[in-house]
Amino acid sequence: MPKSVAVVDSGCANLNSIYKALVKVSLPAVITDDAAVIAGAAGVVFPGVGAFEHAMGLIRQKGLASVLLECIAKGKPFLGICLGLQLLFLSSEERSNPGGPLPQGLGAVAGQVRRFPAGLPVPHVGWNRVSPARSHPLFAGLNGGTYFYFTHSYYVQPSDPGHRLAVTDYGAPFTSAIGVRNLLGVQFHPEKSGPAGLRLLSNFGNIIADPTLLPA
Amino acid sequence: MLAKRIIPCLDVLGGRVVKGTRFVNLQDAGDPVERAAFYDREGADELVFLDITASAEGRRTMIEVVRKTAASIFIPLAVGGGIDSVDFMGELLQSGADKISVNTAALANPALIRDGAARFGSQCIVTAIDARRVEERPGSPPRWEVYSHGGRRPTGRDAIAWAVEVEKLGAGEILLTSMDADGTRDGYDIALLAAVAGAVPIPVIASGGAGTLEHLSQALTIGKAHAVLVASILHYGLYSIAEIKNFLAEKGLPVRPVSNYIT
Repeated sequence: MPKSVAVVDSGCANLNSIYKALVKVSLPAVITDDAAVIAGAAGVVFPGVGAFEHAMGLIRQKGLASVLLECIAKGKPFLGICLGLQLLFLSSEERSNPGGPLPQGLGAVAGQVRRFPAGLPVPHVGWNRVSPARSHPLFAGLNGGTYFYFTHSYYVQPSDPGHRLAVTDYGAPFTSAIGVRNLLGVQFHPEKSGPAGLRLLSNFGNIIADPTLLPA
Repeated sequence: MLAKRIIPCLDVLGGRVVKGTRFVNLQDAGDPVERAAFYDREGADELVFLDITASAEGRRTMIEVVRKTAASIFIPLAVGGGIDSVDFMGELLQSGADKISVNTAALANPALIRDGAARFGSQCIVTAIDARRVEERPGSPPRWEVYSHGGRRPTGRDAIAWAVEVEKLGAGEILLTSMDADGTRDGYDIALLAAVAGAVPIPVIASGGAGTLEHLSQALTIGKAHAVLVASILHYGLYSIAEIKNFLAEKGLPVRPVSNYIT
């Protein structure tokens, strides 16, 4: 019996697609905003769309920040998707008050969320190549340069380049996936990336089933 | 670099896919969920469902079609046809659509684009523009007029000006159909495409007129389109998505291979 996956419902994303995709790859997913359910799951998927500050506010309001950080600290396989990846970082350039301080994220990964430079069409929407920076079980069976589906205006910049799992070229290379032990994150939408996306989610299921697959 | 997208368009009437020419001679072409799954397997980069029912019952049926499709296919899904309120957009997105395409309702009420983009993000909002060439004296620069109601009513609006306006209102993409070229299979109106694509920073999806693979290539190169909407050349089996993508790849255009990750 595969172990359960908590899909974190922060209230800002349509979770149907990711839920259906996890079910499609035979992962018993449960959509939840209950800290106890998240704490009891074998793995966590943390999706998100919309604005950084708004989403972070909802997470705090629901009292979910501490349980998410606990799951990460305890070594539970954790996958942030799109804004969910960005929320793992210290802060973001995406703010409602242009003169104010940068909004703070969960701070599980050192680094910043940056806006694409002027001159590039944003949002970056469509299929783009993802090139793994190193071998990792999340990308098992996926060729370097496989296309995944993106839709975002900001990208993550980890302070430690060693945390970069994959890069994508949009004007310049940006980090499209990260891996810090059990903490994984992808900027693209695996649930909208056809067979390649389903393969990645299935790989995440394999990691949940056997966390020793993860590099130390 | 972003891949050029191949987007099959499925006309849906009363919960069934139909094919025909401009709303006439409609023939049943199967179950939308099955057709969507077929094109997904074939390598479509995205799908468009166009509801041509435009009635209250049609709306409920469309929501059900979207719900079922989104449960079984895992590529972006856009829905258009008779969408005239932010609430209905929300219902479709909640049912599993990723993008909403607006046309006639946005011409009557441009705030629909702004409100939809503010609530769901620009990436969700596609504006469809149906344009027809305006006859002018020989030698004068071409102009195109926007039509509403499925191409039946002239609006007096200039297509380029409207494209610029919808981008400013927050549209994330423009789905541009040449009414002159649509259904002819003689090729896209490349001048229209290039004029709109040159006027806005957002992606333009080319529609109307494709008959050969070369036409698709022209739309994506000279026409500067980011994507091509394909209907009849797929539905009537003239070409498969794999044939289209192989042809474009040979021309040096970036496309997502049909066998994307499989070695």
